[in-house]
Amino acid sequence: MTEIPLRGVPHADRLLHPELAGGQDESARAEDGARLSHGEGNSQPLQPRRDEPQPRGAKAHGSRPINHDEAAARFIDAPEHEKMHDARLWDLRSKRDGQAHAIPEWETLRELASQIKGHTLANLADYLEQFEAAAMANGVHVHWAADGAEHNRIVLGLLRDHGARSLIKSKSMLTEETGMREFLGENGIELIETDLGERIQQLDHEAPSHIVVPAVHKLRSDVSQVFERTLGAEPGNDDVHYLARTQREATRPLILDADAGLTGANFAVAETGAFVVCTNEGNADLSANVPPLHIASIGIEKLIPRVEHLGVFIRMLSRSALGSPITQYTSYFHRPRGGGEMHIVLVDNGRSTRLGMEEFWTSLKCIRCGACMNTCPVYRRSGGLSYGAVYSGPIGLILDPTFDKRKYSHLPFASTLNGSCTNVCPVKINIHEQIYGWRKVLAEEHQIGVGKQGLMMGAGAFLAQPLAYRAGMVAADGALKVLPEFVVANPLNPWTARGRDMPEAPRQTFHSWYKANRGKGEPS
Amino acid sequence: MSPAATITTGDSAAAAPMISTLADKPLGRCRIGLFVPCYMDAFEPAAGIATLELLERLGLDVTYPFDQTCCGQPMVNSGCHKEAAGTQALLVREFAEFDYIVVPSGSCTHQIRCHMTAIEQTPQVAHVRARVYDLVEFLHDVMKVDAFPWARFDHKVSYHDNCNAMRGLFHTAMSELNQPYFSKPRDLLAKVAGLELVHIARPDECCGFGGTFCVFEPAVSVKMGHDKVDDHVQAKADYVVSADSSCLLHQKGCADQVGAPLKFLHIAQVLNGDAA
Repeated sequence: MTEIPLRGVPHADRLLHPELAGGQDESARAEDGARLSHGEGNSQPLQPRRDEPQPRGAKAHGSRPINHDEAAARFIDAPEHEKMHDARLWDLRSKRDGQAHAIPEWETLRELASQIKGHTLANLADYLEQFEAAAMANGVHVHWAADGAEHNRIVLGLLRDHGARSLIKSKSMLTEETGMREFLGENGIELIETDLGERIQQLDHEAPSHIVVPAVHKLRSDVSQVFERTLGAEPGNDDVHYLARTQREATRPLILDADAGLTGANFAVAETGAFVVCTNEGNADLSANVPPLHIASIGIEKLIPRVEHLGVFIRMLSRSALGSPITQYTSYFHRPRGGGEMHIVLVDNGRSTRLGMEEFWTSLKCIRCGACMNTCPVYRRSGGLSYGAVYSGPIGLILDPTFDKRKYSHLPFASTLNGSCTNVCPVKINIHEQIYGWRKVLAEEHQIGVGKQGLMMGAGAFLAQPLAYRAGMVAADGALKVLPEFVVANPLNPWTARGRDMPEAPRQTFHSWYKANRGKGEPS
Repeated sequence: MSPAATITTGDSAAAAPMISTLADKPLGRCRIGLFVPCYMDAFEPAAGIATLELLERLGLDVTYPFDQTCCGQPMVNSGCHKEAAGTQALLVREFAEFDYIVVPSGSCTHQIRCHMTAIEQTPQVAHVRARVYDLVEFLHDVMKVDAFPWARFDHKVSYHDNCNAMRGLFHTAMSELNQPYFSKPRDLLAKVAGLELVHIARPDECCGFGGTFCVFEPAVSVKMGHDKVDDHVQAKADYVVSADSSCLLHQKGCADQVGAPLKFLHIAQVLNGDAA
């Protein structure tokens, strides 16, 4: 029997199942006898070689465009962080591949999921009304919020109506969108994140860097420092079990005493008015079941028509996200507990506008699995905070500009358009094609920067005129001067800026070789 | 199905390009237009020469239209479609008369076939977009070449799949998808005597060139390039071979910085039996 991590914690007897407390559990164990978590069970432990300060995210300057490259360069300049981050997320991607290849009908599931979401979005108003009616029939209160501010006001109103001063919360990217944490804080509500990664980020006053693993950009030494500073943990102890236990001991009493709980939802089922929350820590279940008031903040795109459709999505969510067959907890919330209240806040916050965008509406199919982030070679090497936005990685590149076109105008350029994101997406969003599409929209609206647009205008004009082009190419070092203009004519010459040698231009272009050797009566 | 219809689906496998061959016209009587990418013209002319010689060796009538410049990808990939219209129009003017347009670049082929949309879609434009082939596709799918008896290459080769060639033209099965394995370029290389293919840890990870990405995101681009070079070195490759010189130029630039013992060749040079 391994040590029960809650020994000495108030209310510990209420937290453990009797079988666990009695040492009767039969869960899988490693060779050393320690119980395996699913993450540990099939992941390679990563050991950084030395301590290194954690690189921080992109610098925000109001609505000025976020400079992803600048923040990415700082992340890469912290090699321990970059290496661990890349290795951990590649590990998730590899495990996801293993799961996807083990299921013969995987590609059929993706197609089904994509079609179910497409159908639901095409009939969203009807399904939302059906969901509302079913939820109300279950005794749930349903609220509608047009935007983030309205959502926050509704939540605050509910908390005040119930005299609640503390709120425990499980992971919700939607409340990141609405800025709820700051808003409630300003209004005297103590908010406690219950997801371990989110809690780390909350204690460090940092946004989540990944939609599934919010503190994946941190090394264990970073977490140790945060806990030392905020929870009084032992200096220099970066044992992950110790750190997890320390956090748990500090946070559990707050959870048990909280006045209200808030969760997100992974899926909302129109026919039953119920919603599903998937976690690996069981923290959503604590948020939902410990306090008497449960609020669920749900984006309107989370709808699916019927319970049977859950079978498609639940099979793919955790496989895509973490490469595990299913999340440890998949909880299905129907109605308030006896004596408790359940409130659902359905939030638009730009979604219906997105639904009207012909080229980009399918981004609403996203089930927030993070597979596109795990596979993205740019994301893995720059960290989620380098995007300076709520959503990072490939899905962020196509969602963020819908919130602020100017501020996130450079993000669609933080991609090589390699297309791996599209291939791992469980709902088959054509992510890389939408990134490409956003570049066009932003260029047409002159949001890509005067320098870039001018460079392209010059290159376009030049490449459309064969005589001028050839005249430039025959000069000594002509190729380096005029071609590829978009590479070498950049004033900062980034080709050679960081560890990359300039190609040497041969004495003779193909063109001049052909003219000399095969010129079959060509005019020039 | 028009080529434009291939770019808006979320499933790249479902977006399989139309492979249209002229069944009623023997290849030997077809007129082949050779498009040489701008960066190959300037920096890797030997790859262009190898492509031309290889196609001629296979008995084809190949012409290099003299006023060609570029496929327009630098502008289009930056979102600047209007700025690419003149370049695209020039390309169509130069190539509309050919039965096939062969391009020793998966990336430029993908641009022409799937993204040449800044100009009015006239029958000439549709013809060029439908008849353009990357060299690997042309050899593998159209000509179905079964031997390169003139070629010999006694080296360990790591083949680099350009992302557009792999996920846009389907040169090679994609590791993310649950699909049977295939690889057209490796099929071709397997026909070269003496050549040994080695396998890298992350075979379809992007190398970080990404067109203008390498300019606007230099930090990540260079890091990706160094990681890719390291992967080739770990696999004990002597040569890195690809159907795209752009990726190779970028990787060579990174390899030279760290003194990695790697040489880089376009697949046309290997298949043409150029002395290595």
